[in-house]
Amino acid sequence: MSKIGVAGIWAALAFVMTTVWAGGGEPTIKIGVIAELTGDIPAVGASCKNAALQAVEEINAAGGVDVGGTKYKIDLKIEDNGSKADQAALCAQKLIAQERVLAIIGPNASLGAVPASSIAESTKTVLITPWSTNPKTTLDARSNKPKKYVFRACYTDPFEGRVLARFVRDTLKLDKVAVLYDVASEAPKSQAELFRQIFNATGGSTVAFETYTTGDRDFSAQLTKIRETNPQLIFLPAYYNDVPLVVQQAKRLGITAPFLGSDAWSSPDLIKLSQGAVEGYHFANHYAADAATPEAQKFIQAYQTKYGKTPDDVAALTYDAFGLLVEALKSAGKVDRKALRDALAKVPSFDGVTGHMKFVEGSGDPIKSAVILQIKDGKFVWVCNAAP
Amino acid sequence: MIYFLQQTLNALQLGSIYALIALGYTMVYGILLMINFAHGDLFMVGAFLAFALATFLGWSFVPTLLAAMIALAVLGVVIERLAYKPLRHAPKMSAVITALGVGIFLEHLMLAFNPYPRHMPELMPVHIWTFGQFSISSLQVLIIGLSVSLMVVLDWVVMKTKLGLAMRAISWNIKIVPLMGVPVNRVISATFAMGAALGAAAGTLYSMAYPVIDPYMGVMVGWKAFIAAVIGGIGNIRGAVLGGFILAGVEIGVAAVLPTTFRDFISFGLLLILLVVRPHGLLGKPRVEKI
Repeated sequence: MSKIGVAGIWAALAFVMTTVWAGGGEPTIKIGVIAELTGDIPAVGASCKNAALQAVEEINAAGGVDVGGTKYKIDLKIEDNGSKADQAALCAQKLIAQERVLAIIGPNASLGAVPASSIAESTKTVLITPWSTNPKTTLDARSNKPKKYVFRACYTDPFEGRVLARFVRDTLKLDKVAVLYDVASEAPKSQAELFRQIFNATGGSTVAFETYTTGDRDFSAQLTKIRETNPQLIFLPAYYNDVPLVVQQAKRLGITAPFLGSDAWSSPDLIKLSQGAVEGYHFANHYAADAATPEAQKFIQAYQTKYGKTPDDVAALTYDAFGLLVEALKSAGKVDRKALRDALAKVPSFDGVTGHMKFVEGSGDPIKSAVILQIKDGKFVWVCNAAP
Repeated sequence: MIYFLQQTLNALQLGSIYALIALGYTMVYGILLMINFAHGDLFMVGAFLAFALATFLGWSFVPTLLAAMIALAVLGVVIERLAYKPLRHAPKMSAVITALGVGIFLEHLMLAFNPYPRHMPELMPVHIWTFGQFSISSLQVLIIGLSVSLMVVLDWVVMKTKLGLAMRAISWNIKIVPLMGVPVNRVISATFAMGAALGAAAGTLYSMAYPVIDPYMGVMVGWKAFIAAVIGGIGNIRGAVLGGFILAGVEIGVAAVLPTTFRDFISFGLLLILLVVRPHGLLGKPRVEKI
């Protein structure tokens, strides 16, 4: 009995030791990642995971992060939220309470990022979402004030709606557009509404404003309705898996107006799934792989050698989220959630793969620019930048 | 007018697919009084099979469709033998829960192989004919034509053949009919095989019309088809076809006239009203004692 008891104590001690000093005596910092590895948008989760692994590999290969004179290696804990809101919340709870991570990167889709960020905020754990553009992610729903512990590496939906509306009015010079969006999905909904608001305010007219629900495959009723209004362009803020179906059905109905997309179009899977049907269309994005700075080129090349494909915006933003995290850790001086949060809020400015960014005073939203891309010969080609 | 015609055509295309899947639900229910909730996922497996045959073996439409239908017929029988037959004398609820489990198993089996949405290659060139504003594609003609032919064949099998007679007899009373020398197990297997084969046909046609497939594609469509079967009177084959077209007509009709957000709310609301008025569906006969 006593032998078992002693063994138990040793086992418990060993467990405690490994959680504090994982990796054979080297000090480590645990960072959680929540990604959409399964569910509706697995390509998003895969990019996030790939970029996270690459970022951590680079950090650890360089000896780790210097926090207050000690070099810490990063220990990554990756969780799959299945593109579901409840599962994202569960992942956040598990990482914070059970794994006791210092900070969380992700989730990417706003659907999961909004609930996960509320949990991070209430447990005072830093969360940086790479790709969630919804204002609610960094805003407290009750007080309508910015959350203190939640940051993002991307721009927000209102900004994207404005950029796209301006692009259609000023660059394409069109004045009659239709909108089709997923009413059950957070980001497309707010992008569609803001696009219409700004487009109409600048003298254009939105002739059709149609919706569908996540999981729909048949858009023929909505597209037939849109066809009646004869728009010059159709704005389709939809995830990459819906886009090919909509575009193809529109063509079969004889619609010739081009489509315009949001950042949710940016996965290379869009090209694979639509087989040329999206050729020539424009969309807004966080970065352009073909117009990158030398610093960004280094990341793109390393990613290409490692995974055999060009990183999409999710990968680039995840990498930047890690960049921001390391920057903040260095200046935090100690491994502590509160110290990390304060240091992150004070990062003066950061030059990442997706460009220059700086957090708005007292908020987790960065000021940064967007890019407009065009699909040409099955590739995303940079068209112009849109300054904040 | 053209707008109305175009929307009617849209509804016919969607309705054919709902009807094909609804048949699978209704046939199994008709004979075993069991709701085979795995049927929507069988439909998904059918679509993936068609995808695999067309992509990796480069098969064209006819062999792909036939092979998918045969393979799914076999899968349908295997599932019945392994998962449902041992529970035939258990409470009905156990079999329904098992069916849900089989469905989730199939989804995650596909997910384990391949979590990514896939693009279905074109199995045949699609022509689009336009008459002024009205446009119709060869694919729509194929989907509606083939679905209707399959339904006619099925109706003939059930109403005119010996197998159909046996099926209807078992549906009438599963305890007495075996005493007359009807091989119940073989007839039940045949029912599952036919239902699954129709599901595979629906999966192939569906993935040609909506060429992005993923492991969850059967869930919502399966629910809708199940509802179509209930509207028509579950257990009744002509009812399932009628229900499929009615559901698609209401869905497209609501989306055509009102904001699309109202679509599911109104179509499911109509279903509730219908069930209050006619609990056994449009063509179903009231059945008091079972469920």
